[in-house]
Amino acid sequence: MPEYSWPSREASTVIGKVHDRLDGTVKATGAAKYTYDINLKNQLIAVAFGSPYAHCKIKNLDVSGAQKTPGVVHVEVLPQGKKDTEIEWEGELLAVVAAESEGAAREGLSNIKLTVDELDVFADESNLAAAEEAGRTGKGGGKVETVNEPGDDDDEDEFVEKEIERLFKQAKYVVEGYYGINPITHCCLEPHGSTVEWKDGKLEVHLSTQNVSGTDEQFARDLKVDADDVNVHCDYIGGGFGSKFAPDYWGIAAARISKATGRPVKFMLQRDQELKLGGSRPSGYLKVRLGADAKGVVQVWDSQHWGSSGYRGGGVSHSVVPYVLVPKNYRRISTTIKVNLANARAWRAPNHPQACAMTQTALDDLAAKMGADSYDIFMANLVNASNGKADVYRAEMEIGARLIDWKAKWHPHGKGTSRGSIVDGLGMGLHTWGGTANTSSCLLKVYPDGGVESFCGTQDLGTGTRTVCAQVLAETFGLGVNDVRINVGSSKYPNSGASGGSTTVGAVCESHRRAGQDALEKIFELAAKELGVDASVLEAVGGKIRDSANRNKSIAWRKACSLIGLKPLEVTSSYQRGAKSPLTGSGVGGVQMAHVEVDKETGVIKIKKFVAVQDQGLVINPKTCKSQVFGAVIMGIAAALYEQRVTDPKSGKFINAELSDYKLARVGDIGDVVVELYEPESERQRGVIGNGEPPAISPKAAIANAVANALGVRVPTIPMTPKRVLDALAKA
Amino acid sequence: MTDSKQKSAPMSGFSRREFLRGSGAVAAATALQTQTAVALDDQGPQVVRGEKKITLNVNGKDVQVKAEPRTTLLDVLRYQLDLTGAKPVTVDGSSGASTILIDDKPVAASTTLAMAATGKKIQTVESLGGERPDEVVKAFVSHDAQQCGFCTPGFVVAVRAFLNKNPDATEAEVRAGLNGNLCRCGTYANIVEAALAVVKGG
Repeated sequence: MPEYSWPSREASTVIGKVHDRLDGTVKATGAAKYTYDINLKNQLIAVAFGSPYAHCKIKNLDVSGAQKTPGVVHVEVLPQGKKDTEIEWEGELLAVVAAESEGAAREGLSNIKLTVDELDVFADESNLAAAEEAGRTGKGGGKVETVNEPGDDDDEDEFVEKEIERLFKQAKYVVEGYYGINPITHCCLEPHGSTVEWKDGKLEVHLSTQNVSGTDEQFARDLKVDADDVNVHCDYIGGGFGSKFAPDYWGIAAARISKATGRPVKFMLQRDQELKLGGSRPSGYLKVRLGADAKGVVQVWDSQHWGSSGYRGGGVSHSVVPYVLVPKNYRRISTTIKVNLANARAWRAPNHPQACAMTQTALDDLAAKMGADSYDIFMANLVNASNGKADVYRAEMEIGARLIDWKAKWHPHGKGTSRGSIVDGLGMGLHTWGGTANTSSCLLKVYPDGGVESFCGTQDLGTGTRTVCAQVLAETFGLGVNDVRINVGSSKYPNSGASGGSTTVGAVCESHRRAGQDALEKIFELAAKELGVDASVLEAVGGKIRDSANRNKSIAWRKACSLIGLKPLEVTSSYQRGAKSPLTGSGVGGVQMAHVEVDKETGVIKIKKFVAVQDQGLVINPKTCKSQVFGAVIMGIAAALYEQRVTDPKSGKFINAELSDYKLARVGDIGDVVVELYEPESERQRGVIGNGEPPAISPKAAIANAVANALGVRVPTIPMTPKRVLDALAKA
Repeated sequence: MTDSKQKSAPMSGFSRREFLRGSGAVAAATALQTQTAVALDDQGPQVVRGEKKITLNVNGKDVQVKAEPRTTLLDVLRYQLDLTGAKPVTVDGSSGASTILIDDKPVAASTTLAMAATGKKIQTVESLGGERPDEVVKAFVSHDAQQCGFCTPGFVVAVRAFLNKNPDATEAEVRAGLNGNLCRCGTYANIVEAALAVVKGG
């Protein structure tokens, strides 16, 4: 077996270089077929009826009207639509209408009659006191760490209480604050759903999924067939962001309806259903007191936070509070709240964005209290970096400060010069993420005519996975990116892990590089004989296999491949998650800085400039890698300023579950976003690390801190809507 | 739905409610009422019920399709012509994902009734592809102005329409002029770059 490795920066001809994404043209011209676009002959269109009540008991669901509607072929009452079922959130699907057209299906829906007993609703996840009164709270866990430890005779709780008070007395600066972040939804532009068809007893599923290799078994289990009898396909997915790992009960329902009717079925969630059911990010609200020494280094942290992931409780994990910069003494306690809303799903860097937004804001308020430069206080607190990456943060802060011109633009909190009612401000945040490579296998075929083709059960979420695979193989064989053919997006291909947690780029780099090197070893053996040299001196460069010492001694790639014989050379190579490998690493930092303008009269915040400096080990394609960071930042701008799930606390209704009301950032809202990939040799040597999550973490904190710097007042809850800005100013 | 369901309109005579019923896009359809009327005026005023064969001019070709009064142009394009570039993201057009050109103007196919589009020149994103893709398509690729790509066809058409009208657009104009489309992945920075590259001719 060859020793797996990457070529040096100097020797690399394809990796580390900019390449257009391979599927760019098919996507931009509408030729790419997403699940929603798959039209199967004779297909039915299914649309679901959702509960208009957030908490109720079903008395009767009368679907006879739907059944009689012209064009309606099949109506299925879902298990939760049955009499006496308790519904815990608005939008929960109760019945599905399958019809000849979407219009007929919708008309069928309008003929369904539901009667219920309404039950008490609790939906105010930010209100801890009300949740306690309603009996909706639970323990979310917590942790206490103190440098001094209790003696054998001490009562532990009493000791901690006294020790924390002692530390606060000792502190030069004490800051108390409240910070909150509302829930947001994944808001995938392609809703969750599938287009399914049974063929000769086998189920063919086109599923909008981040988990091609893992969902066939889930379908098989729920439908009681063999996993071999289910094929899941997803060539393109219109957004997932952590919400699309399973068939979901609506996927299973599509398969059942298809079986019952003997026809293919397309069943996608409607827009409001996508927002209500398709996934949300837990909320978080935190009260904290922190104490710092004369240099502004936090010595003690004492916080409690609460929030919700939906009807099961949940909220933000205490394990990431305070975020990254963790003092030696801390107490953190979290409380979960059960609300009548659909349960949250993993949202790009679960827990981290909220923790960052709730705690690095407190650190910035410390700078404000000290009258110090926030940059200096963040820098001073790098001694508390809990992930051993202080040096990386320091370097990234210096780069970021240069790009945003921090020193020239900085002014103490609230002390900038205003132009009319406009004030500006600077803020920053920093983050961390793992990004370990997931499990992945790759079947590689090298054809006697020199063609190269790979098969891997991964998926391209729009991150550029196909392109990365092609670059890795092209680099390995000394070919061009367009000389290799990449096949992903089918459960028929060798298993590859779900795309979540920034694990995909590492996964596919592992499997493709390994398969490439394994195949190349065999081709080298053939070429060595032909050239009369030892295989160990050979290298594959520029469409040739050549003697690295005597470069004139070479054989063209095609010629070398003709030595394979009549059948293609086939290699399957695998990587198991967690195995140590020189190809991939884990653990990244990342620093972000925002420059904002706030209109004190209208409360409107505008992003002037946003700088993101991101490390991710070895970069395969700087272009798509940067696109990931741009996207994460822009999502973060939306979350910082605009988007929130607005729930009526009385009825539990999600009242802005349409894109006309659920405000997202648009082109004109993003300002000048600058992305810098931090990739010194020390980073490159760490191998490939995913960067989907990390840059999505800091934007909220960075922007909130910039707003606080501009106004001299903290806008405590994110998103910082104009009203909240004006409220904060009025309070000050 | 549920309790608020209204009784069907009488079976005879013209009823707006009957005409619009079942489109599921009441707001959208209401807004389209005028447009529909104008289109039908070309053939003389008429009340249309049930399914009807109509001819649409799509990407330079006349095609015969079936449409009910409630059928949107988007549904016809996607389900009957398999032109799935325009995407169904919102019924009210607020995402811009279903943007197409009708008589060279960008409109949301999701809020256009198929019957209102007869006699007009309909161009979908697919017309910008082919062997020699449009400059906007090329710029989207070379500036990586897409990620998941679901919003991209709508954006490509919107940029094409915007640049047709503003061939010398400045960066500020680009940023102000493309706010009808939504992208969840956050590709805006690169979309601005792509649009400006087309202005500069490269």
